[in-house]
Amino acid sequence: MARMTMIEAIRDAMDVMMARDERVVVFGEDVGYFGGVFRCTAGLQQKYGKTRCFDAPISEAGIVGTAIGMATYGLHPCIEIQFADYMYPAYDQIVSEAARLRYRSNGEFTCPLVIRMPTGGGIFGGQTHSQSPEALFTHVAGLKTVVPSNPYDAKGLLIAAIEDPDPVIFLEPKRLYNGPFDGHHDRPVTPWSKHDLSEVPNGHFSLPLGKASIVRDGAAVTVLAYGTMVYVAQAAAAEAGIDAEIIDLRTLIPLDMETIAASVRKTGRCVVVHEATLTSGFGAELAALVQEACFFHLEAPVARVTGWDTPYPHAQEWDYFPGPARVGRALVETMEA
Amino acid sequence: MTDYGPLTLHVPEPAVRPGGTPDFSNVRIPKAGAVPRPEIDVDPETIRDLAFSIIRVLNRAGEAVGPWAGLLSDEELVEGMRNMMTLRTFDARMLIAQRQGKTSFYMQHLGEEAISCAFRKALLPGDMNFPTYRQAGLLIAGGYSMVDMMCQVYSNSRDPLKGRQLPVMYSSKEHGFFTISGNLATQYVQAVGWAMASAIRNDTKIAAAWIGDGSTAESDFHAALVFASTYKAPVILNIVNNQWAISTFQGIARGGAGTFAARGLGFGIPSLRVDGNDYLAVYAVAKWAAERARRNLGPTLVEYVTYRVGAHSTSDDPSAYRPKTESDAWPLGDPIIRLKNHLILRGAWSEERHKQAEAEILDTVIAAQKEAESYGTLHAGAKPSAREMFDGVYAEMPPHLRRQRQQAGV
Repeated sequence: MARMTMIEAIRDAMDVMMARDERVVVFGEDVGYFGGVFRCTAGLQQKYGKTRCFDAPISEAGIVGTAIGMATYGLHPCIEIQFADYMYPAYDQIVSEAARLRYRSNGEFTCPLVIRMPTGGGIFGGQTHSQSPEALFTHVAGLKTVVPSNPYDAKGLLIAAIEDPDPVIFLEPKRLYNGPFDGHHDRPVTPWSKHDLSEVPNGHFSLPLGKASIVRDGAAVTVLAYGTMVYVAQAAAAEAGIDAEIIDLRTLIPLDMETIAASVRKTGRCVVVHEATLTSGFGAELAALVQEACFFHLEAPVARVTGWDTPYPHAQEWDYFPGPARVGRALVETMEA
Repeated sequence: MTDYGPLTLHVPEPAVRPGGTPDFSNVRIPKAGAVPRPEIDVDPETIRDLAFSIIRVLNRAGEAVGPWAGLLSDEELVEGMRNMMTLRTFDARMLIAQRQGKTSFYMQHLGEEAISCAFRKALLPGDMNFPTYRQAGLLIAGGYSMVDMMCQVYSNSRDPLKGRQLPVMYSSKEHGFFTISGNLATQYVQAVGWAMASAIRNDTKIAAAWIGDGSTAESDFHAALVFASTYKAPVILNIVNNQWAISTFQGIARGGAGTFAARGLGFGIPSLRVDGNDYLAVYAVAKWAAERARRNLGPTLVEYVTYRVGAHSTSDDPSAYRPKTESDAWPLGDPIIRLKNHLILRGAWSEERHKQAEAEILDTVIAAQKEAESYGTLHAGAKPSAREMFDGVYAEMPPHLRRQRQQAGV
C-alpha cells in the first residue's frame, strides 16, 4: 500500500497497465512531454517512450477518432480529453462510432477504449472548465460511465476500465484531484494523506465496474451520490444530524441497482445528489428507477439536489454548486415529508 | 462616412440545372500519359501540380500510355473487367429487389466501379479499408461471398450483421473491410488511427480511408489530415469525387479550392488526382500510394475524378437537380467500356467474350440471389430473432439490458 493523491493513483493505474500490456497507449493534449495539465500522465513518456505516450493536436474528434481506429486494430488506448467541457467535437465519434462498433459489426470490430476527462466544478473554471456531462454518456447504448471519488477507487476502476473490452468514459472530478472536498469552499483544503482511501494497493488491482460502495451506513434516508457529491453528502448529513445511508455509485452504467434498492427499501427515503444540471440529468434516471423498484417502501417523494439549469457561472460558482447547506435542507425536508 | 459598399454573399451554383445542356467544359482533362510518375520518396513540395492535373493511362483509342502504364497483365485486367461487370450486375439485381420490396434501401456504384475494384488489387492481406457506402467493389474484387452481401442487404436470417445495419453497410474484418458507419467522414480519422497503431506496433499493415467529395467538408476530414500529416501514418487518404453529394454539386464542399486533392497540400501530404473511370490509372496510383505507406514514407491523398451516373440511393431522384443527359456528357466515359476497348485492343478480349461473360456473370449473380432469398428477405421468410436485438451492445450484457429483454418478452 502507498499513500496517493487521486492524480497519483490515476497515473499509477496507467503506469501499471502500460508496464503489463504493450497494447496500452496514452495520448491527448499536453499529455506527452509535459505530462498533462493536471499532471496525470507525468513521467509516462520518459518511461515508455513517445510512441506509447504522446502529445496530440488540439482536435478532440481527431484524438477520439484515431483512438477508435487504434482500438479496432487491437491496441487499448487510454486517452485524455483535457476537460470534459472540450468533449463535444468528439461526441459523434463517441456516440456513433465507439459505442456502436461491436453491435453493428456483430462483434467483428470492438473498441476497448478508455476516455479520461476531468469533470465538475469548484475550481472557478467558469462555464468551459466545470461541466458534468455524464448524462450525455449514460444515455448512449454501448458506453460504460465511471466516476471515481477517491484514490483507491480511481486506481482500481481505471485498471478495470483499461481491461474492459468495451469503451469506458472515465470522469475524474477535478476538485477531488488533490483532496476530498465537502463543499465548504471557505475552509482549508484537506489533503488526501489524511483520508483512509488514499491508501492504495501497489501494483495491479482492479474494482468491478457496476458495484457501488456504501460510504456511510444509516437508517433514516438513502443518499445516492457520485464524485465530489459523496463528500458533500457526508458533510450535509453530519451537519443536519441525519442518519443517512450514503451510497457512492462509482459507476453509472452499469448501475448497481441491487445495492440502491436494498438501501431504499430499508430507509424508505431517497435523496439524489449531483453537480450536473437538473433536467434530464442522471438523477432523473435514478429517481425513476427508485420509484419503479421501491415505490411501496417509499415514505416520501424522491428528492433531487443538483446544479441549476443554467450554464456554470464564474462569480456565482458557490451559488450554483449544490453544497452541504442545500443537500442538508433536502435531507431535512425528505425526513419531514 | 466610408466608401464601403454593402457586402454580398457568394453561393456557388453548378454550371447547369435540369432543362439545361450539360457542360463539363470546366473539367480540364489532360491527355492520357501526360502526367509524370514521380519516385515514391519524392519531396511533396515538388509535385504540387499533381493535385491539379489528372493522371490517366487509357487514351481515347483504348491504348495504355505514359509512365503510369504497364503494371497489369492480361489476366489481371480480365479479372478486373469481370469484377467490375459483377459489381454492376449485382447492383442491377439489388436495385430491382429493392423496387420489389425485398429490402428497404440500396445504393449502386454505376460509373464508379473501377475505383474500388482496382484499388482492392493494390492492397495485401491484413490491410484495412475504412469504406463509405459506394466501395463494395473492395468486397467483390476481394472474393467476398455475394450471398453474404445479399443476406446483409436483405437483413435476413443469414445476415452476418444480424439485421442491425442498413442495407449495404457491410462489415468483413477478414476481407479488410471495416464496418461501415453511415455517418459521414467519421471513419476517415479512424483509418488514420488504425494506421498509426500499425506503426506503433512496428507492423507492416497499411490502412485506406475513403470519403466522398461532399463529406470532405466535415471537420473529421480535416482532423484526419492533421493526424496523418503529424504522425506520418501509413494510410492512403482516398477522396471519391463523383461530382454530386445527393443533390449538392461538388462546388459547395470544394469552395474556392481548385480541386479536392489540393486540400492535402497545406498538410505537406503528396496529393494526386486520378481518372477514376480508368481501371489502369486507379490501380497505378493506388499501388504508388500503397508503396509509399509500406516504405514508411507516410500518407498520400488521392482524388478520384468520376461521375455518379445513378441516383445517390433508392430514395433519391437526380432529375430534380441535374440534367438527365448529364452522365452521357461526362468526359471520362464509362469504366467498363473503356477497359473493354483496351482489352480488345490487346487481343485479350472480344465482343463475343464480353457477351459471354455478361451472361455467365448474370447467372452467377442470380444463383447467389436465389440462395440469399431462400434465407429470407426484409419482409418475408426467415429473419434474425428479436432476442438477438439485445446481444452485442456490450461484451457482457449488463443487468439493465437483461431486464429490458425480459420486458420485451423475447
